[in-house]
Amino acid sequence: MQSVFLLSIRRLRAPLILIILVFAFSTVGLTLIPGIDPAGRPWHMTIFEAVYFVAYTATTIGFGEIPYPFTDQQRLFVTVIIYLSVIGWAYLLGSILSIAQDKAFQHAMVSARFRRSVSGLREPFYLVCGLGETGLTVVRVLDHLGTRFTAIDRDEHRVQALEIEALSLDAPVLTADVRSPETLSSAGLLKPECMGVLALCNDDEANLAIAISACLLRPNLPVISRANSPQVAASMAALGTYRVISPSHEFGEHLELAMRAPDTHRLLGWLTSTPGSYLPPSLPPRIPVAPGHWIVCGYGRYGTQVVAAVQRGGFNATIIDPAGLQVAGLRCIRGTGTGAAELREAGVETASGIFGGTDDDTANLAIAIAARRLNPNIFIILRQNLQSSSVLFTKFGADMTMVTSQIIATECIAVLRTPLLAAFLDLTRRKDDLWAYSLAESLRDLLGDEAPSFWSFAIEAGEAPGLLDAMARVAGPVRAGDLSRSAQARQDRVPCMALLLVRGTQTVELPDDDFPLEAGDRLLFAGRRSAEDNQVLVRRNANVAAYVLGERRAAEGWVAEGGGDGGEVGVEAVMVSRQLFRPVDRLLSGVHDRAGSDGLTRSR
Amino acid sequence: MNLEKVVYAFVILLAATLNFGFVYGGIDDAAHHHVWQLFAATTVNMIAVVLKFGDRTHIGAVHQASGLVALLQLAGAALVWFFLAPAGGGPMSDVALSSIVSLAAGALLANIVSVVIMIVDTTIQRR
Repeated sequence: MQSVFLLSIRRLRAPLILIILVFAFSTVGLTLIPGIDPAGRPWHMTIFEAVYFVAYTATTIGFGEIPYPFTDQQRLFVTVIIYLSVIGWAYLLGSILSIAQDKAFQHAMVSARFRRSVSGLREPFYLVCGLGETGLTVVRVLDHLGTRFTAIDRDEHRVQALEIEALSLDAPVLTADVRSPETLSSAGLLKPECMGVLALCNDDEANLAIAISACLLRPNLPVISRANSPQVAASMAALGTYRVISPSHEFGEHLELAMRAPDTHRLLGWLTSTPGSYLPPSLPPRIPVAPGHWIVCGYGRYGTQVVAAVQRGGFNATIIDPAGLQVAGLRCIRGTGTGAAELREAGVETASGIFGGTDDDTANLAIAIAARRLNPNIFIILRQNLQSSSVLFTKFGADMTMVTSQIIATECIAVLRTPLLAAFLDLTRRKDDLWAYSLAESLRDLLGDEAPSFWSFAIEAGEAPGLLDAMARVAGPVRAGDLSRSAQARQDRVPCMALLLVRGTQTVELPDDDFPLEAGDRLLFAGRRSAEDNQVLVRRNANVAAYVLGERRAAEGWVAEGGGDGGEVGVEAVMVSRQLFRPVDRLLSGVHDRAGSDGLTRSR
Repeated sequence: MNLEKVVYAFVILLAATLNFGFVYGGIDDAAHHHVWQLFAATTVNMIAVVLKFGDRTHIGAVHQASGLVALLQLAGAALVWFFLAPAGGGPMSDVALSSIVSLAAGALLANIVSVVIMIVDTTIQRR
């Protein structure tokens, strides 16, 4: 910023000197030319009066001839200095305007502002490189989750698109070359608050360059990178990149899972969906079962993955490719797949499914429409390349639509949301349908149809000081279910559920309410935001934690001795802690169904 | 020879010489210090400050600072002159004149620093 100021003022030297000279000349002239005062005596302006007159005349204020009306001699000179000063000011203003319109200057100003706002960031943030469809989707979800980020992209239009996006937090965005390490460090790579780098460019080389810079400049910083080609994915993995997402591979896995365990696929889709989406109804699976055969149109990266997935599922595959590729072990037909003749040749009437996977959205839709006309029951998977064609794809209603940007964004968010979630999702992927179905149903009973929030924490002094303190005081084991108790009435249950517990190297999936907890455990929860707020209170405030864990004495220490059941004491304890701690209006305003028993009851 | 460098050295030297011309003489002797000399010194110092804008080297920064100090001192001297000049003309009082001249003498010191820096900067240039 400073250097920008200095450089621009350097370019204003000539007009500034011209103005100084005009002022000096005018002042000297006005002082030397004699005037006549009202009494008829000759009179000379002082230097101050002259400077004053020139100042208001040159700036076109024009207070008139003071202190006395001028003589003709003076007026002649003033005529000259008016023109001189106008030239001086016009020159200066013109120079200022041309500097302000200078592209280099504007860019310098914008980068200076960007650097300033990045260095002012005091909260943890992610560095997002690449603001294409994928980047924008990720950024929207980050914003929704209240996570800060900085973003860079080479394309000015994309940066502008983000700037007009209605984000709740003002994020620093810059147009710059993402490959340059200097750009990355100006976007906060070296700041300790930077929690991770997301390399989401369309271009594999750029992503690799980002991964290398991050690996060298900030070793051990998580880098989540997109890699379209397997070679680049392998190089990134060799660098120690935290997570490499290759969309085609990811999609192959999705498809395989959808064929093997439709309910697991449905559960995963729900858990990883963007906040605010709903659990799809559990319909009888439409996905075909083996034996049968699939038609794959377009044998590119995605086509390869789909063929591999359906073959693992026990199907035969026929490929239709415009290049006329011959792949051993597959029936290969030359063509685009949009014509009825090609589709008939591939056996569309008897096929179980078809994949429209070329990199042209119109062709994919044409394939799908033709296939559905020839075989109304065929299972259709479409590849959608551009977000802008989503109206057509939604209207068509394929059985599965894969959008590259969506796949990457979903994976990214699943990794970023909270530390243990990725581990839990990996575990879910290996589970069977029944396990997933029962988990989905119990989560839905507890939390409703809307996609849950996730949070995780460790029972350690840093993250759960109050809970740790209370655990030391309370006699008997502390159970996982105790963490789902309401801070207002401990027999009530807040809508949340423990998904995973990690103790050292041991992992416990879905710990039940009776599972005993220990200090140092790490837990992953799914639930509503209100439940998270409730739990934050329990974790931080030792008195609330003691009440929730069932130790009456500690909670009653704050209020009058005796009287009331546990529930009332709890309310007062929270009221006291509210003054001491932080507002919990949302918690207190809820109407709770108080059951007399000590057992957990559900309240929403 | 470079015209830009000639102008630069000319202005900086002129700022120092004009300043010296105003200060030279008995400190409270009104006959030795004329207001036009102060006016000229201030104007040329202003131009010198503008010419020094935008040099990002360390020596450039010191140069700029010395110019600003000189300008500040001269502006102070001009203000004292403006406020203490007797209404309706006539000679300055001794007290007023000595404070004006001592302010201008401070500016002279800054100008000498400026000239020295310019000479040093010139001699360390390798051709």
